[in-house]
Amino acid sequence: MNQGIYSVLSNEKIAKDVFKMTLSGDTSSITAPGQFVNIKLDGFYLRRPISICDFDNHSITLIYKVVGQGTELMSKLSVETELDTLVGLGNGFDISKSGDRPLLIGGGVGVPPMFKLCKDLIKRGAKPAVILGFNTKDEVFYEDEFKALGTDTFVTTVDGSHGTKGFVTDAFPLVGKYSYFYTCGPLPMFKAVYNNTDTEGQFSFEERMGCGFGACMGCTCKTKYGNKRICKDGPVLVKEEIIW
Amino acid sequence: MVNTKVNLSGLTLDNPVIPASGTFGFGYEFADIYDINILGSISCKGTTKGPRFGNPTPRIAECTNGLINSVGLQNPGVEKVISEELPKLAKFYHKPVIANVSGFSIDEYAYTCSKIDANEQVGLIEVNISCPNVHNGGMSFGTNPNSAFEVTKAVKNVTTKPVYIKLSPNVTDITEIAKACEAAGADGISLINTLMGMRIDLKTKKPVIANKMGGFSGPAIFPVAVRMVYQVYEAVKIPIIGMGGVSTAQDVIEIMLAGATAVQVGAANLVDPYACKNIIEALPSVMEKYNINSLSEIIGGSH
Ligand SMILES: Cc1cc2nc3c(=O)[nH]c(=O)nc-3n(C[C@H](O)[C@H](O)[C@H](O)COP(=O)(O)OP(=O)(O)OC[C@H]3O[C@@H](n4cnc5c(N)ncnc54)[C@H](O)[C@@H]3O)c2cc1C
Ligand SMILES: Cc1cc2nc3c(=O)[nH]c(=O)nc-3n(C[C@H](O)[C@H](O)[C@H](O)COP(=O)(O)O)c2cc1C
Ligand code: FES
Repeated sequence: MNQGIYSVLSNEKIAKDVFKMTLSGDTSSITAPGQFVNIKLDGFYLRRPISICDFDNHSITLIYKVVGQGTELMSKLSVETELDTLVGLGNGFDISKSGDRPLLIGGGVGVPPMFKLCKDLIKRGAKPAVILGFNTKDEVFYEDEFKALGTDTFVTTVDGSHGTKGFVTDAFPLVGKYSYFYTCGPLPMFKAVYNNTDTEGQFSFEERMGCGFGACMGCTCKTKYGNKRICKDGPVLVKEEIIW
Repeated sequence: MVNTKVNLSGLTLDNPVIPASGTFGFGYEFADIYDINILGSISCKGTTKGPRFGNPTPRIAECTNGLINSVGLQNPGVEKVISEELPKLAKFYHKPVIANVSGFSIDEYAYTCSKIDANEQVGLIEVNISCPNVHNGGMSFGTNPNSAFEVTKAVKNVTTKPVYIKLSPNVTDITEIAKACEAAGADGISLINTLMGMRIDLKTKKPVIANKMGGFSGPAIFPVAVRMVYQVYEAVKIPIIGMGGVSTAQDVIEIMLAGATAVQVGAANLVDPYACKNIIEALPSVMEKYNINSLSEIIGGSH
């Protein structure tokens, strides 16, 4: 974990209520895709946890949806705003388990952490398939970015306005065989994925957080391997340990 | 050179700054972040007789200048605290620690305190009496002077180390409770624990916290803490560990002027992992600014 002042390089709308922000600063504390940052915003007591979508040696990409006052404020921040940020939080995904044909399933703002994961899996020689699920076409983002990585990318929308009509699981027949899966998204999607996958896999969870770095026990869940703090022992849990 | 040392029931602390129970785990997690030996002491996570998962999530709700928590005393139980958690802390922290004990009956308090009293890392026992008494309709021990007296007495009977009773602010007259603890033989008083609070989500129209209500803390409660420390200082002769919203070196001095001998920092650690370090480093210059040579001289200085 690193605490530092990160400055906003860009902050732009990429879909309905969804923004992409890049921050410049030290990224040496990031050890795995699927980790997150925790951002202090002026006027808010608690930090806001956001997944790392992508990063390089000196910048971080975040994608966030405006859902309340904190993310609303974030969407209005101008370039060069300085943000006190904790970086490199959580365990992240374990890419060593993926096999040759991992399936990546992102729902809504669960899509962002799939991106760096996808890049890292490709670097290892895997050929990921990607399913991105949204409610409607105005919400779709990063379809082209995933396709540009050379992956088979399938989009689903609940109303059928773009891609396959339905939920992420409705695109499973298009993917065919896969070796392992990684997923991030809302809880109902998780349950559908859990029940419709026939391999092992990893889920990235969300919980309300007091600290984000393991101090307060605010985010604990029960697993088959004992109590885990989503912020420190998670956010990624493996399929076999999850208790719904 | 200013002097930041204070004496807490015979323990000399290098400075009065102590992370508050529940906001610092068992300390070792913070050893990756900074050298925790700069801390005056550490108040460990609330410990109970048996292991506890705590309350369902969501356990946290944001507030203006604070937060509500309903962690529900998640801890591995006193045996594991002694066999696993305290030894892990001993690798990184070489000063006496404060054990924070909770219970749901007088017997449980006595059992846990006597176990923890025997541990050599423990320099002082802090007894959290904000817990519900299962033998008395779930009413908190800390809201009734008689039950506060009973817990204190039972714990004092089975321990050798200084015992500080940590008071709940959710009472009409805090001095009455403090006096009952002093009469039962308490060596000191810790205050304040969290204020009962609640938030409701406008989207779902339901409480944010799964348990509906929780403990409110953070900078928003600092004036309540200062007031209660001030009142208790006038009511009892035993020393006070003051806390509630302390976030800066200025706050440390203010609550000491109200009557605190040492000071705990809680919520601030959660939003800034370096909070205690920053406060300790700022203390000397803030002391100089206000012409304070020795912190121990300002205790209760506002009275
Ligand atoms: C590990 C992790 C990674 C996340 N990654 C992303 C991401 O990449 N993109 C994205 O858009 N969102 C992400 N979220 C959700 C994001 O943290 C919330 O949407 C955000 O905190 C809402 O803040 P607000 O002030 O706008 O909402 P409000 O509802 O006003 O927030 C009030 C409080 O509740 C908390 N809160 C509200 N919703 C959530 C939530 N879903 N999860 C955790 N805390 C919440 C806030 O942090 C704040 O403390 C992630 C959450 C976690 C835990
Ligand atoms: C997440 C959290 C967990 C806490 N757990 C305990 C506990 O186990 N035992 C206890 O005596 N107090 C506990 N407290 C109360 C604090 O120690 C402290 O008394 C209170 O929060 C006021 O200080 P603050 O405003 O600086 O946070 C907890 C507080 C928080 C925020
Ligand atoms: S949010 Fe504090 S331990 Fe996870």
